[in-house]
Amino acid sequence: MKYLALASGLIAATAAVADTPVLTIYTYDSFISDWGPGPAVEKAFEAECACDLQFVGAGDGAALLGRLKLEGARTQADIVLGLDTTLTHDAIATGLFAPHSVSASYDLPVTWDDAYFVPYDWGYFAFVKNADQDGPSNFRELADSPLKIVIQDPRSSTPGLGLLMWVKAAYGDQAPAIWQGLADNIVTVTKGWSEAYGLFLEGEADMVLSYTTSPAYHLIAEQDDSKAAAAFDEGHYMQIEVAGKVAATDQPELADKFLAFMVSDAFQSIIPTTNWMYPAVIPADGLPKGFETLIHPAKSLIVPVDMADAVRAQALEEWLTALSQ
Amino acid sequence: MANRPVAIRRALPGALAAACVAAFVASALGAVLWFAGGGGWPDAADWAALRFTVMQAGLSAVFSVTLAIPVARALARRSFPLRGALIVLLGAPFILPVIVAVMGLLTVFGRSGIVSDFLALLGLPKLSIYGLHGVLLAHVFLNLPLATRILLQGWQDIPAERFRLAATLGMGPAQIQRFLEWPMLRATAPAALLAVFGMCLNSFAVVLMLGGGPKSTTLELAIYQAFRFDFDLGRAATLAAIQALLVGGVVWIALRFTRLDGQGAGMDRPRHIWGAGSRWLRLQDTLLIVLAALFLLVPLGAVVLRGVVGLADVPPSVWGAFGASVSVALVSTVLAVVVSLWVAIAALRWGWTEVLATLGLSVSPLVLGTGLFLMVNPWINPARLAFAVTALVNAVMLIPFALRVIAPALRAIEADYGRQADILGLTGWARMRLLILPRARRGLGFAAGLAAAMSMGDLGVIALFADPHQATLPLQMYRLMGAYRMEAAAGAALILLGGSLALFWIFDRWGRGDAKA
Repeated sequence: MKYLALASGLIAATAAVADTPVLTIYTYDSFISDWGPGPAVEKAFEAECACDLQFVGAGDGAALLGRLKLEGARTQADIVLGLDTTLTHDAIATGLFAPHSVSASYDLPVTWDDAYFVPYDWGYFAFVKNADQDGPSNFRELADSPLKIVIQDPRSSTPGLGLLMWVKAAYGDQAPAIWQGLADNIVTVTKGWSEAYGLFLEGEADMVLSYTTSPAYHLIAEQDDSKAAAAFDEGHYMQIEVAGKVAATDQPELADKFLAFMVSDAFQSIIPTTNWMYPAVIPADGLPKGFETLIHPAKSLIVPVDMADAVRAQALEEWLTALSQ
Repeated sequence: MANRPVAIRRALPGALAAACVAAFVASALGAVLWFAGGGGWPDAADWAALRFTVMQAGLSAVFSVTLAIPVARALARRSFPLRGALIVLLGAPFILPVIVAVMGLLTVFGRSGIVSDFLALLGLPKLSIYGLHGVLLAHVFLNLPLATRILLQGWQDIPAERFRLAATLGMGPAQIQRFLEWPMLRATAPAALLAVFGMCLNSFAVVLMLGGGPKSTTLELAIYQAFRFDFDLGRAATLAAIQALLVGGVVWIALRFTRLDGQGAGMDRPRHIWGAGSRWLRLQDTLLIVLAALFLLVPLGAVVLRGVVGLADVPPSVWGAFGASVSVALVSTVLAVVVSLWVAIAALRWGWTEVLATLGLSVSPLVLGTGLFLMVNPWINPARLAFAVTALVNAVMLIPFALRVIAPALRAIEADYGRQADILGLTGWARMRLLILPRARRGLGFAAGLAAAMSMGDLGVIALFADPHQATLPLQMYRLMGAYRMEAAAGAALILLGGSLALFWIFDRWGRGDAKA
């Protein structure tokens, strides 16, 4: 009898699991790490959706899109979270995404009217330095200074690509000359953000390419105010991180529900101190204490989504030529 | 590769295993090509990347092995307290995740490292490590221990009787070099060269970081670009195939140049540290050992120090990851060592089996991972296979290294005792149990230790298979770094280092267990 009870219990449990709809979200690896937003987001959404939220991690934004292309319409993903505006045009061209119906009053420095993707956070690329170090106020000053910087390779890293777009957006045709000027400031180029940031913390360079929000981590999580971002007067390039619904999803309503949840306070208030970016919609409680110390770029730069592909190919070519000499 | 006749029946399992390894690699490449609808043709930049990749790997191999020869010889002919511990510790750099090892190296040679600080005291400019010389320095740092260990194995396999005879005949170091050491090096140095060459071929993060920028673009980075930037899988697969062919060719050439004379059988007498030699020779050896130890252990000390500080910040999930990594390492070690032993037997008859089994060395991790993903994904959720795929891929990538150690040992055994065993009718399992396993034990233990340690440190090709709930230790360490938690990551690196060294020590110790027999 005991076994029977156990067996019927198991059957009931399986049935309960089978009844719970599963929402599968593909995202980049750092989103779902123990220190990223993933665990808290999962908990908050499951509390209100009567569903099972499952994250699948895949490298970074570019790897994420690559994976989706490999899987095509057969993908398990209902939502892809973690692309940015250098990738969205390419992503829409795959035909794998469906338009969304979310509207929100975004606190973005630019207006957002993309039919396929919903933004969840954003940030400015910036060079991070020690607070007591005088920073240059633009790329030309940096090129003329003896300051040493570490950057990431645009072929393997999202911030690396961001810097390419930044210089291109700020200087257009003069970008190759800027890169030639910067060549002797660049200590080295790394595969990813972690290596570069590690080198900077080791004292291998005076500045590292990161985000304006990086000093907030040191201030809030480590009570360390020794890091600051250098404000550049030609403006800072923006990274806007977005999520979209996969057209072939078997959970369209749930996916819509998640995208709406994503711009609500419950999700947005998790972002600043886990992803260390600005929330797309500032929650009712405002930003965490410490964010007010960050620099506010006077100008926001971004390459329009539909031009991103062409610009990035040209910018890479120029970058490789300038730095391979 | 004129080999002793080995019955086909004995060679068959190894040949099959080698064919399986090659088929595994080829089908992954094929899956990518099939998905891409054909190959793409590399452009000028890709060819430049290929040339640079081969050049840096070749130079790294030559430098590492050239430096390893005197160090291994000094270690072989000197005995001193803690010699065993030193030898194990010297192996540490190549099992660390490269990023950790390089950070350690930078505390000595970096812009704000010890050497630069010292130069600044003298009023001299800072040392710049970034450039081809930096790449070579890092590769020597990472691979000198590997080469030294492979060569040291060769020295230890020279029977004590040979040295005794040499002493009786009044041979000096020069003659010992000519009659005993040179033939041994002809057998083991190509193996060491190959192993280092293979390690450096896919090393892309280190080359980029210390090479100073895009002029140090390796083939793996070109493959990254084809995959991430252009989503040109055809080109990525073609590049991977070119690299595989190239490595196949290099392996084949290296094996042709390997002399397989064997040292002749001995009675397994305990080794005397024969004729300590002149005072000058002793001084030279001591100096070499001290220099090598300083070069390898000072950066390592920096890694340990930083790790100890970070240990307090290490979150509990790191320990779970540690368990996962140890299990993966054990499974892939057993697989790699068993297959290598089979292939080593088969290679006595058919040299090409060794070439086939070495293909795992050459294939781009990104392309291999993508190919496997394409094959698996239509049938099973890849995340459910995370453990199996990691263990399998690690094994395939470790076989070349295990084989470099096991194959020469097996050739020596067969050359020295094969005829006798044939006459005695010792075949099948009995031959394995009575002759091969006991005599190859030292090599097997070392190969297993190497495989286990490398498998712990390997982040591998599994990004596409990652299980969100169970990361391996290196992956967890990278996640910590990616979340600004550099101190905790340093702690995790120390745990990884400790675990890898412990596994290495256990297997290697088992191998040396009968040294006194």
